[in-house]
Amino acid sequence: MNEVYIASDNIITSLGFTTEGNCTEIKKGAIGITLIDDPKLEPNKFYASVIDSEILRSKFSHIDDPDKFTRFEQLAILSINDALNKTSIDVKKNDTLFILSTTKGNIDVLEKENFLKYGENRLFLHETAKLIRQYFGNPNTPMVISNACISGVLAIIAGSMMIRSRRYKNVVITGADILSKFVVSGFQSFQSLSSTPCKPFDKTRDGLSIGEGCATIVLTSNKNIANNPQIIVGKGSSSNDANHISGPSRTGEGLYQSIKKTIGDLPAGKIDFISAHGTATPYNDEMEAIAFTRAGLENVPVNSFKGYFGHTLGAAGIIESVLSIYSLKNNILFGTAGFSELGVSSKINIIDRTSEKELSSCLKTASGFGGCNASVIFHKI
Amino acid sequence: MKEQLIIKSVCKIRDNKIFLDDELLFHNDEAENPSAFMKNAYKNFQVNYPKFFKMDNLSKLGFLAAEILINKSNVLPLNSEETGIVIANSSSSLDTDNAFNDTIKNSENYFPSPAVFVYTLPNIMIGEICIRHKITGENILFISEKFDPELIYYYVSDLFESGKIQHCITGWVDLLSDKYEAVLYFVEKDKGGKNGNSIFEPRKIVQLFS
Repeated sequence: MNEVYIASDNIITSLGFTTEGNCTEIKKGAIGITLIDDPKLEPNKFYASVIDSEILRSKFSHIDDPDKFTRFEQLAILSINDALNKTSIDVKKNDTLFILSTTKGNIDVLEKENFLKYGENRLFLHETAKLIRQYFGNPNTPMVISNACISGVLAIIAGSMMIRSRRYKNVVITGADILSKFVVSGFQSFQSLSSTPCKPFDKTRDGLSIGEGCATIVLTSNKNIANNPQIIVGKGSSSNDANHISGPSRTGEGLYQSIKKTIGDLPAGKIDFISAHGTATPYNDEMEAIAFTRAGLENVPVNSFKGYFGHTLGAAGIIESVLSIYSLKNNILFGTAGFSELGVSSKINIIDRTSEKELSSCLKTASGFGGCNASVIFHKI
Repeated sequence: MKEQLIIKSVCKIRDNKIFLDDELLFHNDEAENPSAFMKNAYKNFQVNYPKFFKMDNLSKLGFLAAEILINKSNVLPLNSEETGIVIANSSSSLDTDNAFNDTIKNSENYFPSPAVFVYTLPNIMIGEICIRHKITGENILFISEKFDPELIYYYVSDLFESGKIQHCITGWVDLLSDKYEAVLYFVEKDKGGKNGNSIFEPRKIVQLFS
């Protein structure tokens, strides 16, 4: 069977425009979530992680005309451009597939000004994905996954499947979602936004902080162009709670089933840490704690990255996987920003501060609306 | 040798008609729009699932196709953990995105509703099918410009080959304002001896849409 190696990656959030830049800030304990006062987004003030528009425009203008591309497209193109600059892969050949993971894509094109500027077609996710792969000269029909907040983890699983079955040699996976009036008002209507920067797994957590972000991960079957130290994508799977479309399962059923399929016979001691979904809503974090405990992983160190740059929706699974891969490569266990006292009923092992530790494998999990759950393992070899 | 996969039963909903394996089960030419058509179909099949009326039109369409496929064909019983759902469409949840946007675009008339917002994700349709039929297996929702038989063929075959699923409900469920089409079908391992089932391969998948 083909192994699936990580060739390169990129992360763009409020904390930086590269993987290295984001990790440097996270190591310092920087938090990108701030109080936003912008009536164009939401009548009331709210906490969110926002990418500076001027910096984005200036960075993008080094590679192309920012007026030709939406904010979403600029983020995706910048992210892919940076990741591809760090590998020798020629994406113009037909042995590379592009995958886009997003919940809402160019949803801000529904706003009149953007609609008139960019046109209705940009609202279709397949059109957005086509525009992006054409920008890089890739000849293949792109794969688009829009499966709520597990989209990113599912995209890594699907991309790995395409390499293992030898249909493609390389897969360029990009996850992105932007902050928009649409998304902010929606989460606000659910009353799920936190009144402070979010506090995953904490006793005083009261909701999520929304964030915008983008990340790219390049997978390859070619060991010679893999990152050093080499990280491979292990097993991955998804499961549905079959319980409620917006509320997490009280028993953690879907997440538990997904983790069991993903880890199989692997003993808990062989998993060095879990990068949880950890949105900081009361029900989500409780559900995850129950699922980890049911899967026998209650002692495995767990972190959530949401306290640094919020919940980045369709980008979250990719951003957080890239950070976990950085952890494995550099033997750094990242702490959970916003966490101070355990506030879930199962005694799980939340990592509160960043520290150095020898690491060789990580379980990444995600859960989302629609009762969906997914998990994937990364190993250092 | 790889186990042969077969297509077993297909439900098609389009042009105000519902077919199961090419048999016309229901038609309602007078229905003014997809919403009225699906409401009449729900009544016709005596579904008795009040949650149906809370769903958006995309979820109603996927729900009805799955309902007819599962209840009217002889594929039961499904093992809930080993049944996958792999669905693609072109318009994502744009139909409901437009409806939600109507509730936030004017500050004088600003009333975002969580009951609408939750349906602005296309995979909620899969969630609704899972809840109704207690299916907890692999889920994924792809967006393609038009139905891509190779994508579905490769992805579903890989799920079977990896041992993650024993059955799969798969196909296309797309809806945007008055345009809609659902083609859902079962894929399972060939247990031999049954003629008349199509082999699960891109060429045969295309024929399901004819």
